[in-house]
Amino acid sequence: MEFFKIRGTIPFMKYALVFNVISAITFLAAVFFLATRGLHFSVEFTGGTLMEVTYQHTAEVERVREALDKAGYKAEVQNFGSSRDVLIRLPVLKEVSGSEVAQKITGLLQADDKSAEVRRVEFVGPQVGGELAEMGAVALLLVAFCIVVYLWVRFVNWRFGLAAIIANLHDVVIILGFFAFFQWEFSLAVLAGVLAVLGYSVNESVVVFDRVRENFRKMRRATVPEVIDAAITGVISRTIITHLCTQAMATTMFFFGGAALHYFALALTIGICFGIYSSVLVASPLLVWLRVKREWFAPSQKRKARDEHEGAVV
Amino acid sequence: MNRYPTWGYALIAVAILLALLYTIPNFYGEAPAVQVAAGKATVKVDAALAGQVEDALKKANIRYERIQVDAVGIKVRFADADTQLRAYDALNQALNPEKDNPSYAVALNLLPASPNWLAALNATPMTLGLDLRGGVHFLLQVNMEEAVKKRLEAFTADIRQQLRDKNIRHSGVTREGNSLRVRFSDAGMRSKAAEVIALNIPDLTLAEREDGQGGTIVANIRADALKRIQDSALKQNISTLNNRVNGLGVSEPVIQQQGVDRIAVQLPGVQDPVRAREILGRTATLEVRLVDEEAMRSGNHAGADVFPENRREGVKVMVPVKRQVVITGDQFVGAAATFDQDHRPAVSVDLDPAGGRVMRQVTRENLKHQMAIILFEKGKGEAISVATIQGEFGSRFQITGNFSPVETTNLALLIRSGALAAPMEIIEERTVGPSLGKENIERGFHSTLWGFVAIVIFMSVYYSLFGVISSAALGLNLLFLVGLLSMLPTTLTLPGIAAIALTLGMAIDANVLINERIREELRGGATPQAAIAAGYERAWATIFDSNVTTFIVGAALLMVPGAVRGFAVVHCLGILTSIFSSVVVSRAMINLLYGHRRKVEKLAIGNTAWK
Repeated sequence: MEFFKIRGTIPFMKYALVFNVISAITFLAAVFFLATRGLHFSVEFTGGTLMEVTYQHTAEVERVREALDKAGYKAEVQNFGSSRDVLIRLPVLKEVSGSEVAQKITGLLQADDKSAEVRRVEFVGPQVGGELAEMGAVALLLVAFCIVVYLWVRFVNWRFGLAAIIANLHDVVIILGFFAFFQWEFSLAVLAGVLAVLGYSVNESVVVFDRVRENFRKMRRATVPEVIDAAITGVISRTIITHLCTQAMATTMFFFGGAALHYFALALTIGICFGIYSSVLVASPLLVWLRVKREWFAPSQKRKARDEHEGAVV
Repeated sequence: MNRYPTWGYALIAVAILLALLYTIPNFYGEAPAVQVAAGKATVKVDAALAGQVEDALKKANIRYERIQVDAVGIKVRFADADTQLRAYDALNQALNPEKDNPSYAVALNLLPASPNWLAALNATPMTLGLDLRGGVHFLLQVNMEEAVKKRLEAFTADIRQQLRDKNIRHSGVTREGNSLRVRFSDAGMRSKAAEVIALNIPDLTLAEREDGQGGTIVANIRADALKRIQDSALKQNISTLNNRVNGLGVSEPVIQQQGVDRIAVQLPGVQDPVRAREILGRTATLEVRLVDEEAMRSGNHAGADVFPENRREGVKVMVPVKRQVVITGDQFVGAAATFDQDHRPAVSVDLDPAGGRVMRQVTRENLKHQMAIILFEKGKGEAISVATIQGEFGSRFQITGNFSPVETTNLALLIRSGALAAPMEIIEERTVGPSLGKENIERGFHSTLWGFVAIVIFMSVYYSLFGVISSAALGLNLLFLVGLLSMLPTTLTLPGIAAIALTLGMAIDANVLINERIREELRGGATPQAAIAAGYERAWATIFDSNVTTFIVGAALLMVPGAVRGFAVVHCLGILTSIFSSVVVSRAMINLLYGHRRKVEKLAIGNTAWK
């Protein structure tokens, strides 16, 4: 079986400008939603109390909310997973420690309805939440920096690292944009997913770049856009098949993973879709804009002879 | 050209065997067990106790499967949960004759049910995180300022003592913020005092200040001593928490330092988080002090510490007590809930020998004077008992106050488990019910399984035999990863399972790269054998590069605690196993299939003839 019977070279670079404009627009839209709507952070980041309560019958969200209101708790109550499950979210309260709040609410709910069973409580103090957001940001920057350095070393020129990281940070921003637009909950698991996707997309760019480097050595007469076109054409079937497989995993997680993995799988899905797009259609045009040169890889240049033993040898 | 040396195949076979060996225990599940641990510092858990346990079980006619003694305690395995419960009752009765003052913590537990020979190889199932097995997690923040303050108070007493011993007159030692001030009316005395203090208390840095009269000495704690104080405060709190948790009878608790001033506590399987929180979160320490009767009479409370005392319903009295502490919390070695001669709930306590000596001296010197017992909780003190000293007593006495029997039980447990060096506050709490844990395991399992099946079907159809081999390599990758996770002391969480699924989805990339390359070589006119060799060789550089970048991300994620770290650990390990299985192992399988043949007409890698 074979999906892609590509005979010639697809002239991707001819449309580079179009793709860049599309990226720029999506990117700006994402930034716009991030700025105006912001992310809906989970309790892990904001601090506060989260309770998952399950009833033996259909839960009445209104009644739960009223009961809590009466007791003086400004809680956010919503159905979650199934109609029998309720999620209660409380902000950080100054007077009482969060763990005591959970205890009081449990008593309150059970007095209201005996079948209420608390399945999960999560309390995060304000001091922890802020730190996590900070650590997440530091991790993201560290990842970006390490990747640039690694690609610089591997591909002899910093432009490859720069092109890859711009293309993939653009993915990250777009995923975040989706989370801001739909106000999906941004939890620690989602953060892990977003960063994993970053690594995954860079991986994708690396595959294309490897081919670009190889083709520079092989195709002596071709122009830079031709070399890049040939590289993308060469790896496009692999790109799509790999992403299909990874997407298969993300999809099963979405359907079977339950509420806990729901947004994680969503982040992966968006990341995978934009990962293909960005590494093929953003990173490569960026290489052209950044003026990659054949001389960096051509073996005629003595300075680069060493690199030949490290990379793909043709 | 497509052959591995024999040792290469042998190496792979050994790796698969090892992975299998360490994966098997995960399938055995868990057996009900009862665990006996020390409930007091004074009792020992050893082979003799194991004998005692055995006797008790035999006497009660309860059959057990295996007894083992380890660092935590004695663990006895049973065939079913029924026997386990009967054994629990029997052992509790036999080992803890005094119900209010248990010497041993007897707890229900689940132990891996894998057979002895696997246990002997240290092959145990993966440790599951709380989100998969249910339980309570706390993160406690230690208030270091209080620890330092406490230490400074101790230094104050020390300085007074030293100066008194050397007959050096001073006009007072006070604490101001993080430093101590010793005032003098005579400069000669001051320099003498500085010498004495510097010699005897090397943890302080001293600065002398002139003020026209005698001047003052300002003492600060040295930086290294400060660090030591904080370290030891944290250590003491951890050991106190250990004692408290043992008192709760939790199986396999995890109590560990996190960062400089935090302690993470995990209590798997705890069904009652309320009680756990109550016991752990309480920051109670006791102090015995003399009541400042002069201040009480005059109503002028300057120079005394004042604590409220609750007398009967709603009546609150402020009690001034002397600053000097007679007995500190760490001098209490035992406590039990009991009743006094008037049948009121009381706590009977034991002091260590030094505390007993001090107590004897103080009570002798202060007969008919009042003494207060102060309970510090969350930074606030409360006089829980104020009584007139009726006679001289030593290391054993009773505390009576306005208690209910439940309060005396809790108080006894708190005193027994030792003092906290510094108060703590719960800054993070997570409770997961056991049913949710089971559900999470199932969900994680199904996500991985169905994704895996989809990939296997697709790969086998698309790349025919080469796809089957890629799938087999992917299956082995899963085996290696699970084996590695079982072997290493890592904890598997739900994000960890997600990482397994994602890693498998990403690992197939390497095989896709290889297979595509081989097809390309074939299309380019290479012979089958050459195509295999070239395909693997050329794909390798790409596979390596892309895995390094993914690994960089995984390593950076290790920084972020919580769910992210659980994900990152598995992700990083998964990248390592997937490089091995998708490149080395799949190549071995291909080599076994094709490598020994003289002439290969065609590779079963799907249709490549269209060009």
